[in-house]
Amino acid sequence: MLKLENISLTVGNFELKEISFEVKRGDYFVILGLSGVGKSLLLESIAGLIKPTGGRIFLHGEEITNKNIQDRNMSIVYQDTDLFPHMDVFENIAYPLKSRGEEKIKEKIDPITEVLGIMGILKRKPVTLSGGEYQRVSLARSMAAGNDLFLLDEPLASLDSKSKSELRALLRKLNRSGITIIHVTHDYEEAISLANIIGIMENNRLVHVAPPEEIFKHPKSEFVAHFIGTKNFFSGKLKSINNTDLKEFSSSGIKIFCLTDITDGEAFLTIQPEEITISTVSESGSSRNHFAGKIIDIAPAKQGMEITVNIGVDIIVIISKESMIRLNLGIGKEAWINFKASSCKIYN
Amino acid sequence: MIKLNNISWMMLVFTFLGGIVLLFILAPIIGMYLNTSFDSFSEAIAEEEVRDSVWLSLWTSMAGTIIFSFFAVPLAFILARKNFPLKNLVNGIIDLPIIIPHSAAGIAVLGILTRDSFLGKGAELFGIKFIGNPAGIIMAMAFVSIPFLINASRDGFAAVPERLEKIALTLGASPIRVFFTVSLPLAWRSVLSGFILMWARGLSEFGAVIIIAYNPKTAPVLIFERFTSYGLKYAVPVSAVFVAVCLVIFVFLRLIKKKG
Repeated sequence: MLKLENISLTVGNFELKEISFEVKRGDYFVILGLSGVGKSLLLESIAGLIKPTGGRIFLHGEEITNKNIQDRNMSIVYQDTDLFPHMDVFENIAYPLKSRGEEKIKEKIDPITEVLGIMGILKRKPVTLSGGEYQRVSLARSMAAGNDLFLLDEPLASLDSKSKSELRALLRKLNRSGITIIHVTHDYEEAISLANIIGIMENNRLVHVAPPEEIFKHPKSEFVAHFIGTKNFFSGKLKSINNTDLKEFSSSGIKIFCLTDITDGEAFLTIQPEEITISTVSESGSSRNHFAGKIIDIAPAKQGMEITVNIGVDIIVIISKESMIRLNLGIGKEAWINFKASSCKIYN
Repeated sequence: MIKLNNISWMMLVFTFLGGIVLLFILAPIIGMYLNTSFDSFSEAIAEEEVRDSVWLSLWTSMAGTIIFSFFAVPLAFILARKNFPLKNLVNGIIDLPIIIPHSAAGIAVLGILTRDSFLGKGAELFGIKFIGNPAGIIMAMAFVSIPFLINASRDGFAAVPERLEKIALTLGASPIRVFFTVSLPLAWRSVLSGFILMWARGLSEFGAVIIIAYNPKTAPVLIFERFTSYGLKYAVPVSAVFVAVCLVIFVFLRLIKKKG
């Protein structure tokens, strides 16, 4: 239905690079990423509000990269600033119908307001609406526009938890009724509860597009790794080592040995903090990975203590408080960390 | 003893200084009315020449404001929404009439309105004469007052979130419909402010008007003539009538704007 091919755009000092993805009819595609990563800009470039500096956009097979906003037939809904403040709710919803010169507007609006449960607020001005009501009116207006592709920019961000869950249910209902949705958010729970496809945005790129289960099972971004509690996450290059079953993973100048059958090339590595041991003398034991570093932070974890050791990159180790006291560990002290090649998890 | 802190002292001094400015503005006007007897005021109103001059001032300045708003408001919208080369120069050009002496402005406008000029010749084909004519008065008034409408409207349009206009486009509205249903209604207070300022400025214009049309006489020209020919005593009642009309209208318009 919608296809982006190598879309790049520049707004001030901000840049998005070579974004490509495809959304099929009926998909609920969530673009997930931290605030300020460019998700909204990407959405606005799809709607035509910003012109991309490179790449092409197709809708139903037709190129729309340079098409006028009003001819794209897609609606955009923002967090809380998109209703026309000088019009009441009815006039807002009627706006797209009047723009097309349609008649019998009330009859056309009635079923929409019924579905969205906003029949009782039609005479109110947007400024008097609650967050949930506001978003329902925005969605109603998009439905009145007759578009089958909705672009939602953090639509639930300013809602309380009750309104949030009601609106989530409503969005699922709209999606089931045949409306294709592209929804950007920084809230991964929102993404899991709504999406059938998730795209992760990081460092001005779309780094991973896959179904939710795949995204969270095999993270390819620091963003997702943090969410699922994987604290030691690195991206780097994997290389076979001759005559051994080990492979060498290099990232930010450090080399880590690991046991994996993943093929050589770009890859991601995670190590659970509990799998790493720490000592004050150099003793590697059976561990293949042995690094000297400096303790830069100590903080209580859910269980035990979380020690951050800088070995060129920051590695987080979790040990018991008792061990920490026994080893007399402190910020600024030298320490050695060890972990086995088999405790590294590699994805590509 | 009441102890005032530093800020209170500052506010007291500022209030005193500000009060002097208000007095400076009000004193001459109040003085003018104190020096005008009710009889001389009534006589001035009864005079046909006075009534005609006030009416001429009112309608020519309003006509100029309405006619030129069709050009000024679109220009203001472009200036608020688009960046283009030499935009600062264009903004500077718009402010030119404010800074040049109005008699010089009158001379300049006269230059393009004479029968020998392109505009003068063209207008004559349609039977319009500028010199010594209300059409010329309209042009002189508009020339000196149009920056107020353009600047206020531009600021008003700039304050309308561009996002709302773009959302209206995504809802299938044409750009012209977006302008009339979103941009203009949201900026109308500023546009109306500019409209009132332009009208007020045109209404009170003397320097440029007298160069282009001594006759028919607008109220400021009549006041000047009464003063130079008959003296202060005869100029004050006409001034009092004209100022009263202006005050009533502007208080009314400000109330409408506030209510909106």
